[in-house]
Amino acid sequence: MSAIVLMLVGLGGLALGFIFYSKFIAEKIYQLDPDFKTPAHEFEDGVDYVPTNKFILWGHHFTSVAGAAPIVGPAVAVIWGWGPAFLWVILGTIFFAGVHDFGAIWASARNKAKSMGALTGDVVSARARSIFMIVIFLVLLMVNAVFAVVIAGLLISYPSAVLPVWGIILVALLIGQLIYRQKMNLMAVSIFGVIALYALIFIGPSVPLEMPSEVGFLSGTATWIIILFAYAFVASMLPVWVLLQPRDYINGIQLFIGLGVMYLAVLLLNPSMVAPMVNESVPEGTPSMIPLLFVTIACGAISGFHGLVSSGTTSKQLNKETDARFVGYFGAVGEGTLALAAIIAATAGFATLAEWESLYASFGAGGVGAFVEGGAYIISGGLGLSQEVSATLLAVMACLFAGTTMDTGVRLQRYIFQEWGQIYGIDWMKKNIPATVLAVGACMLLAFGAGGPDGDGGMLIWPLFGTTNQLLAGLTLLVISVMLVRLGRPMIYTLVPLVFLLVMTISALLVQLVDFYNDGNWFLLFLDVVVLVAAILVALECTSTLMRLRREAKTQES
Amino acid sequence: MPLDRHTIADWLRKATYVAEEVYSAPYRSAIARAKRDEDDLFMLMVFSEMMGVPNPASYYTLELQPLLLERFHDWHKRMGMEHSPLDHFKCC
Repeated sequence: MSAIVLMLVGLGGLALGFIFYSKFIAEKIYQLDPDFKTPAHEFEDGVDYVPTNKFILWGHHFTSVAGAAPIVGPAVAVIWGWGPAFLWVILGTIFFAGVHDFGAIWASARNKAKSMGALTGDVVSARARSIFMIVIFLVLLMVNAVFAVVIAGLLISYPSAVLPVWGIILVALLIGQLIYRQKMNLMAVSIFGVIALYALIFIGPSVPLEMPSEVGFLSGTATWIIILFAYAFVASMLPVWVLLQPRDYINGIQLFIGLGVMYLAVLLLNPSMVAPMVNESVPEGTPSMIPLLFVTIACGAISGFHGLVSSGTTSKQLNKETDARFVGYFGAVGEGTLALAAIIAATAGFATLAEWESLYASFGAGGVGAFVEGGAYIISGGLGLSQEVSATLLAVMACLFAGTTMDTGVRLQRYIFQEWGQIYGIDWMKKNIPATVLAVGACMLLAFGAGGPDGDGGMLIWPLFGTTNQLLAGLTLLVISVMLVRLGRPMIYTLVPLVFLLVMTISALLVQLVDFYNDGNWFLLFLDVVVLVAAILVALECTSTLMRLRREAKTQES
Repeated sequence: MPLDRHTIADWLRKATYVAEEVYSAPYRSAIARAKRDEDDLFMLMVFSEMMGVPNPASYYTLELQPLLLERFHDWHKRMGMEHSPLDHFKCC
């Protein structure tokens, strides 16, 4: 089958979802009101609350939610064949992610732009808020650990990406200085940034910087992981304008260029789907597709992390309530297109099936490496760039997305530790350096605890990361459902995704629990139990809340 | 529409505006908070002498006090002092 067909069917499905389903949700369920005074107008202060043009707001929203996760998840999940991953990404985006992201913006805007954590406390219960905070902590812990492992793996496999990945940090530092100290025009700086980025990518293959396979008593991967955490430690302590802001900006530009290049190359090359639609002969040790598929692809189908972005920042800048549909739902569609590109790259970009099978030799082995290999095959064939430059381009893209997420993730983790210091009156924990040490230490412990001293096996936590991310989405869906019931509107459109997610996450956790026990992987077994406890708490919270709502409805009737 | 210098300039202005919004909007509040923290520290230095903290630069900071008076009320409130901590002049 031609990849163009898959691409058109996928994009067409997403477009129909946006045109019809999101319109239905906006008009009938959330009942958006163009005259509603949004928090951006009600509390306008020029800092937090700023009414923003919907296209610009969509740009922020999309670039903050899209990162390495919608690339890694689908690239791992195609081990079961491209069919299941494709269906889950497209249907998940239409019926789950779109409704969730859009709903999170709506719920927050209707409640003075409060964050999802605060909303859980107000709308559901104080206990649900505590569970929400625990789940956020777990998500951050896992995202930092797993992304360090992903970047380390890419830097080992693609030494040509080392120079661009670290070089762009210097470029970003320079951009920050040029903008804030020299007050340079942003367009000029943007052009300089893009040229510098792509120049570095073109130079990369001629200057490969290979990490020796052993550095002292550490393996090459372990060394990279330690360097990355050292970077995250320093980067997360810097003021945002110095590094994070310009990096984020470059990533945003890169995201659009990368997506454009991928889809254009698919159109020009028209590769055929090499991998099977449903893989009948999965490698030994691959867990069962149901339920694991639904936690392996979190970002790209539905991700709780989006709720945090929607409610924390986006809702404060919403100009009109009706903009929420475009910003939230179309933001999810944007992420779906990235996940779709990842699926196509990781399944169509190969000459033979044997080549594809050799990359997907075991569960978690293919992943982002297959995305880079396959994507490079498509780009070099379609656009005529050399295979090496194309591979460097994609490896750098994935590394930069993951790197910025680490920077933000460690920063947020530090805030959580500092808040604990405040709550429990522990003075030293309130300070920046000790709190960052704790944040980085906890993530490193997880990366090495899960991946062994060599750090190679860290990808094993990927499904657990997906699980916690889905739990977070579940809590957000619960908040939206409760709000809908109180307004006397149907909750089925948010309740069905919620129940589906809870069933899939809990069964995935149980399946993995048995696997970890059989493998004797006690560290991950412990982690699985922790997440399982959180999942059961979420499920109980949902049940008790819905029962309470039914009682409320009954007393109102009588 | 003819493509003359004005339309191009206009287009460039718009593009710059969009780029600036995209660049600065996500971080506006984080930067504003950081700036406020720095300003608060500066206020403390300027008014330190009046609160009994010796300041070797007081000859210069004294001149700044009337200029910063406008911000004084917000500052002492933010620092957790209900009323003006100074003996000589009260703002509330």
